[in-house]
Amino acid sequence: MRSFQFDRAASTEQALKAGQSNQAMYLAGGTTLLDLVKLDVMQPERLVDINRVGLNRLERQDDGSVRIGALVTNTTLAQDNYIVQAYPVLSQALLAGATTQLRNKATTAGNVMQRVRCHYFRDNVSPCNKRKPGSGCSAIEGDHRSVHAVLGTSQHCIAMHPSDMCVAMAAIGATVHVQGPKGERTIDFLDFHLRPGDTPEREHALAPGELITYITLAPPLANSLSGYLKLRDRASYQFALASSAIIVQLQGDRITDARIALGGVGTKPWRAHEAEQSLRGQPANDETFRRAAQLALQGATPYRHNAYKIPLAQQAIVRNLQTLTGGVA
Amino acid sequence: MSDSISPNRRSFLKSVGVSSLAVASAPVWVQAIQAAPVDDTQQSLQPGEQRITLKVNGQAHTLNVPANAILLDVLRDRLQLTGTKKGCDHGQCGACTLHVNGTAVNSCLSLAVSHDGDEITTIEGLEKDGKLHPVQEAFWEHDAYQCGYCTSGQIMSAVAILNDPSIGSDDSSVREAMSGNICRCGAYKNILAAIQSARGKVKGAS
Ligand SMILES: Cc1cc2nc3c(=O)[nH]c(=O)nc-3n(C[C@H](O)[C@H](O)[C@H](O)COP(=O)(O)OP(=O)(O)OC[C@H]3O[C@@H](n4cnc5c(N)ncnc54)[C@H](O)[C@@H]3O)c2cc1C
Ligand code: SF4
Ligand code: FES
Ligand code: FES
Repeated sequence: MRSFQFDRAASTEQALKAGQSNQAMYLAGGTTLLDLVKLDVMQPERLVDINRVGLNRLERQDDGSVRIGALVTNTTLAQDNYIVQAYPVLSQALLAGATTQLRNKATTAGNVMQRVRCHYFRDNVSPCNKRKPGSGCSAIEGDHRSVHAVLGTSQHCIAMHPSDMCVAMAAIGATVHVQGPKGERTIDFLDFHLRPGDTPEREHALAPGELITYITLAPPLANSLSGYLKLRDRASYQFALASSAIIVQLQGDRITDARIALGGVGTKPWRAHEAEQSLRGQPANDETFRRAAQLALQGATPYRHNAYKIPLAQQAIVRNLQTLTGGVA
Repeated sequence: MSDSISPNRRSFLKSVGVSSLAVASAPVWVQAIQAAPVDDTQQSLQPGEQRITLKVNGQAHTLNVPANAILLDVLRDRLQLTGTKKGCDHGQCGACTLHVNGTAVNSCLSLAVSHDGDEITTIEGLEKDGKLHPVQEAFWEHDAYQCGYCTSGQIMSAVAILNDPSIGSDDSSVREAMSGNICRCGAYKNILAAIQSARGKVKGAS
């Protein structure tokens, strides 16, 4: 493994200072970063360990929302009583991701910042526009069955965003709080991840050296039900082929409000606004669900090996809605 | 690396041998495996090295390590604690699972320098006073391994899971919680049986 300078920051100020040097990267749980440094896909010259900067608290706010410190682990977040009760979709999504040991290490900000699982990106030799801009995309003509997208792709990159947690956050609504050399700012969660477009090497809205300090969730939708459904090649410990995070508010058998986000199929955590809109005011039945599912995948581009993801994602929506609304036929 | 291999480990391997492994009776633990304390304080730090203290299985070690040294490699190569295994080296198999301050993590994705001051428990630290940990005993009794390569990671995960009240006690919850430990030999059935049989015998184990 390449060598690098290592600093452990005792405060966000220290972290930010060290984080400004060339090719510095923040080290949280290390489950993405050290994996990719070993593969030499990520090439930091300096690692700034932020595990002890004190951003590991989970705070409930007066309006029922939650402020999640960047270093709160995926395990802590998934098991927190209030999260389980008020945001079941988030707890379920976290527990559907990775493994017990990895979730114990993985942090909230690290999860948001995790890299794609495209094997051509990871092999460090194949042409890959994300790793080496302008070199081409090996996946489009190569194998793209499981970890590539059908929504938000471009001719330069089709890698899916692999996170489960982020899909739940996209549905719930969230704000990313950032500190940088120029001070603090906030980024709407839906604007944080970028589609590949012409610049697949740019994956998120952070400027170099900026540090995520917190993520705040929108207050829970009143009287809502929510759940995460992840479909994958095996029942456990596998990235999503397609997944849905859904929040529904019911009045009798009518849907009064809904949020839908998709995983496994998008180049970023994919919020399906049109599908949500189609649910509002409608009876909770299969016809309604199918229409929403159709709308959610309307703009999808199938590739040779992953066209199956379109009906699969639609199923992930329909089945999740059926379960949440009590199997209304 | 010049740190001597603990003779205890060698004599353990010799005296247990193949024959007693084949007998499914209660194991006799020959001698505890404890890494001899390492103290690099007198060695000057080489460029790029940092001095850290790791408390491993209750024993403090002061080590000069390069910034890019992985915790798993430091335990195996510097402390000769080779019970923790390297399978994939990328967080995928769980062979390297150990406890940091009581929490199960993959040591292959951990920098040693990040763990300065931490308490680490490896498979070698589970036995107490010459007696195997109940989960170790249960693995023995249920023949919960074939080649044994994944076993230390399986056991470290199992101990953490049995100590975690938030993880359900039914078989499917245990299977799900253990899914980060891959067994190439497919000993899953016996691993599950071993874990369930150790339930109730474990407390404050790590
Ligand atoms: C085998 C395996 C299976 C997995 N399966 C799944 C899965 O099924 N579902 C899923 O969702 N995920 C999965 N993951 C991914 C895992 O969730 C991520 O690796 C993890 O969440 C990353 O968090 P971390 O704290 O370890 O980040 P790190 O590896 O420490 O950091 C990742 C990136 O984020 C940056 N970073 C970290 N913190 C900050 C901050 N505060 N501000 C700015 N930048 C920051 C780092 O510089 C780095 O670039 C899997 C990973 C592995 C290895
Ligand atoms: S899909 Fe994206 S990450 Fe994969 S090879 Fe193409 S450009 Fe690289
Ligand atoms: S060696 Fe660490 S998970 Fe495989
Ligand atoms: S016993 Fe051989 S890998 Fe599990």
